[in-house]
Amino acid sequence: MKKKIFKNIFIILVFIFLYLPIIALIAFSFNDSKLNIVFEGFTFEWYKTLFTNTTLLESLRNTLIVAITSTVISTIIGTLAAVGLTKYNFKGKNLINSLLYIPVVIPEIVLGISLLSIYTLMKLDLGLGTLILSHIAFSIPYVIISVRTVISSMNWQIEEAAHDLGASDFLTFRKVILPEIVPGIISGATLAFTLSLDDVIISYFTTGPGSNTLPLQIYSMIKTGITPDVNALTTLIILFVMIILFTSTIIQVRKIKKGYRV
Amino acid sequence: MNKTLKFILLAPVIIYALILILFPILYILVLSFQTSDNYGGIIYAFTIYNYIRIFDPIYLKVFLVSGIFGFFVTLACLIIAYPFSIFVSEKKPHIQKLLITLVLIPFLTNSLIRTYGWIVLLRKEGIINTLLSNLSIIDNPLSFMYNNLGIFIGLTYTLLPFMILPIYNSVSKIDKKVIEAAQDLGAKPLSIFFKIIVPSTYSGIFNGCIMTFIPAIGMFFIVDLLGGGKIMLIGNLIKNQFLVSRNWPFGSALAIFLIVVTLVLVKVYKKLGGKMDDLGGF
Repeated sequence: MKKKIFKNIFIILVFIFLYLPIIALIAFSFNDSKLNIVFEGFTFEWYKTLFTNTTLLESLRNTLIVAITSTVISTIIGTLAAVGLTKYNFKGKNLINSLLYIPVVIPEIVLGISLLSIYTLMKLDLGLGTLILSHIAFSIPYVIISVRTVISSMNWQIEEAAHDLGASDFLTFRKVILPEIVPGIISGATLAFTLSLDDVIISYFTTGPGSNTLPLQIYSMIKTGITPDVNALTTLIILFVMIILFTSTIIQVRKIKKGYRV
Repeated sequence: MNKTLKFILLAPVIIYALILILFPILYILVLSFQTSDNYGGIIYAFTIYNYIRIFDPIYLKVFLVSGIFGFFVTLACLIIAYPFSIFVSEKKPHIQKLLITLVLIPFLTNSLIRTYGWIVLLRKEGIINTLLSNLSIIDNPLSFMYNNLGIFIGLTYTLLPFMILPIYNSVSKIDKKVIEAAQDLGAKPLSIFFKIIVPSTYSGIFNGCIMTFIPAIGMFFIVDLLGGGKIMLIGNLIKNQFLVSRNWPFGSALAIFLIVVTLVLVKVYKKLGGKMDDLGGF
């Protein structure tokens, strides 16, 4: 019994550590003091000023444009690739497979500076375009890994059956393979989207003047002075992430519980 | 028909892997053998000077400091994550799922935002100091940040989930029947832990260590914001070579060095039986 209490206390302490800075920000987003230092009283003021802070809103818009575009493109390429790399053999397949792990294992800063170098070499203007390209670059491997996990547990006999019944390759891909791997595609896309929202390091090197994303905007604000409406915006973002994650978990937990009853 | 489908499935990923992964890495490899003109330009003439320069005591010190920080941050994450993962894996399946989601939420909120949260907590007029002085525990505010401690807290905090996820994955795969069998045969808890649990989680542990150690030495913004610009890790050094001193060839040589270190670690991980798809624990 004592052991169990100790274990639960340990788990709780780890969660306190993980949530401490988030709770601090949420609390300060309702703080009356402009200095952001001492808690003086409760207010919604910062949520109101947030919607007049055009720099902040513009960086939020940039973040969303980059995240949505790069997620859509990397999910499409990644899904096609996961199926293709499982189904077919070709010369140089091993090379491609090992290249795909590079963005996952090397430090982000290395990918950031090497992308910056080729953009400069190719004389590309740094901005939203190069940001999207860079986010696609680090997202695709994660999508491939997510989709491949589902494919490896897939029953390939149904594909053969579809063939035997006269379905063309395209039809089999669209009607048989694709529906089977949807869970992998969804988790891959979610991962790509959150990685894009979260990215600081690669964006730092591959963006240009005037196209700051939210993390980069906050980075420069921390150095020059942060206004309390940033706390308000972060609180809204954290709520958004929590809602998405909790909905997906509740669905999964229900599935696990159903499995018990059977 | 078959060929068209094969083309559609494979052409995009091949183009992507060659242009956005292979080409950039090869290009910085080429850059690392060139010289800078000190104005941000590159003089194309083969030299190994940049690699010799890495062994300059000034830079060796940066490597040493990075290694020490990386080591202690990884160790701290391991000490927190290992028992945590074991305790969580003893819960009922749906509670496990819920707890791991709770780990994921901060992990998926922007790391810079969370670093800012630590600033709010740790600075001289911050929440922790205010609380301690209001409770009359301290007279003068303690320096939690703009020093090594700040960097250590920031890195450990940010990288902890990277350690928890792979370890939890490997711990939750251990067959409970093996442990029960050992108990029935009279094995003591300690020998069960060291002879069954730890060995079956080697690849998870090493996976977590790679995913903690490598980012730790590259996360320049945490070092900048919580270290107050006094301490430099490899990440800060590379960043400065690219954006401040504008010596891209030397910065590239440093990046190539980091790639080599990473590849060696990954090789060891594969030797231990780790699967590449499990890296990162997603």
